[in-house]
Amino acid sequence: MGVGIEVTNLNAWYGTNHTLQEINLNIPANHATALIGPSGCGKSTFVRCLNRMHETNPIARVTGSVKMGEIDIYAGAKPVQIRRRVGMVFQRPNPFPTMSIFDNVASGLKLNGYSNRRVLNETVEKSLKKAALWDEVKDDLRKKSGASLSGGQQQRLCIARALAVDPEVLLMDEPASALDPVSTSKIEDLIFELKSQYTIVIVTHNMQQAARVAEKTGFFLNGRLVEFDSTHKIFTNPSDKRTEDYITGRFG
Amino acid sequence: MTRIRFHQSLEDLKENLLVMAGLAEQSIQRAIEAYRVRDMSICDLVTRSEVAINRMERDIDQAALDLLAMEQPMASDLRFILSVIRINADLERVGDAAKSISDRVRQIDQLPAAELPVDIPRMATLATDMVRKSLQAFIEANADLARTVLTMDDAVDAMNRAAYKALTKVMEEQSHLAPQALNALMISRSLERVADHATNIAEDVIFWVQGADVRHHKSVMAKQNASVKPEPQASAD
Repeated sequence: MGVGIEVTNLNAWYGTNHTLQEINLNIPANHATALIGPSGCGKSTFVRCLNRMHETNPIARVTGSVKMGEIDIYAGAKPVQIRRRVGMVFQRPNPFPTMSIFDNVASGLKLNGYSNRRVLNETVEKSLKKAALWDEVKDDLRKKSGASLSGGQQQRLCIARALAVDPEVLLMDEPASALDPVSTSKIEDLIFELKSQYTIVIVTHNMQQAARVAEKTGFFLNGRLVEFDSTHKIFTNPSDKRTEDYITGRFG
Repeated sequence: MTRIRFHQSLEDLKENLLVMAGLAEQSIQRAIEAYRVRDMSICDLVTRSEVAINRMERDIDQAALDLLAMEQPMASDLRFILSVIRINADLERVGDAAKSISDRVRQIDQLPAAELPVDIPRMATLATDMVRKSLQAFIEANADLARTVLTMDDAVDAMNRAAYKALTKVMEEQSHLAPQALNALMISRSLERVADHATNIAEDVIFWVQGADVRHHKSVMAKQNASVKPEPQASAD
């Protein structure tokens, strides 16, 4: 099951560039939360702070607190432990190209020391079913490589790979922006299915997509969280004029 | 500013709706003028306007539908288009009311003149004032002005009730005047409906500007803001 995420006074830097400033918000458990805003507003940086990926850049720095359930991920926890609890899906599908479909999904488990064939088989099947890909690949699990699938299938494979390690949180950074409309619909349907079991945070430039899949939406601008409210409120009657200007195209 | 073409289309939509509003308002004024001076040529103008209003209703609906389908409007733009669609329907019905009044005027014109205890011109002034104010609120995106319209509706309702009471009494006691009284009653009812449409338009303006749905809260608001009280009915025709 998903956990809530409580972000308090979060700040992030790339070198001297203060990319996130005093972010405070509570992301509800077992819901989808969308983050919108213009390019460079800090929304991707914010998501990368939720699994401690931001700090993998040597010039990057983070202060503040991010509590996932009872654990503050910046207070003593190891990044690897955090990333096991937090799956991530990126804009471009990135399956391991030389690995089979099966090995792609099982990779996270193997990395965590699982080798029992039965456990691996069951988990791969369960994960592919959750990612709505099982029916399309079940006959070619070990025959085909991840790279042989279509773009939409590859993205669902990446989602299956993320789900295989049984995370509580699923971060998605523009997961459908490189996909055709049908594949995009499949990813959106999937988000809708998965959000009852996982806490999903999705960065998107597609505002209709945010409106379709997320219960909560946050609008970022110039490294600050301008507004965070129910998706319905944000897209029908936002409180802040900057949000209104952005979503109606009057921004800039 | 981005999406320049889209925002120009919204301006065009607003402009077209205002043209239609002008026609609808003019139709009501003409219908009442025809009643006042018994001029059937004015009734013909009302009939012609109604055709134009109906055509504009279809065009505006189509333009609004296109924008919804093609532009995926958000927030105030979305509320604006939804309000335009609703106001469009209300204006078309104001046009219908004008036509209905002019039809009654044609019938009255065939009947002997009669003194009736109802002040149609005063009721018409109040109803058209409501239409004008609600449209002014739309032009200015002025929710406060729109709220003043909501408080005016009770006065027209009261005038319509008083007309009903007085005219049914005429029908009971002076049966030879029943046809004239019935036509006057139908005109009074049409004007009461015009006021209702003005109220709807005002509510749509508030929805567009503030995102607040105040429909069906009129009685509560009227109690809070009552400033227009119905005046006693004058007994002149």
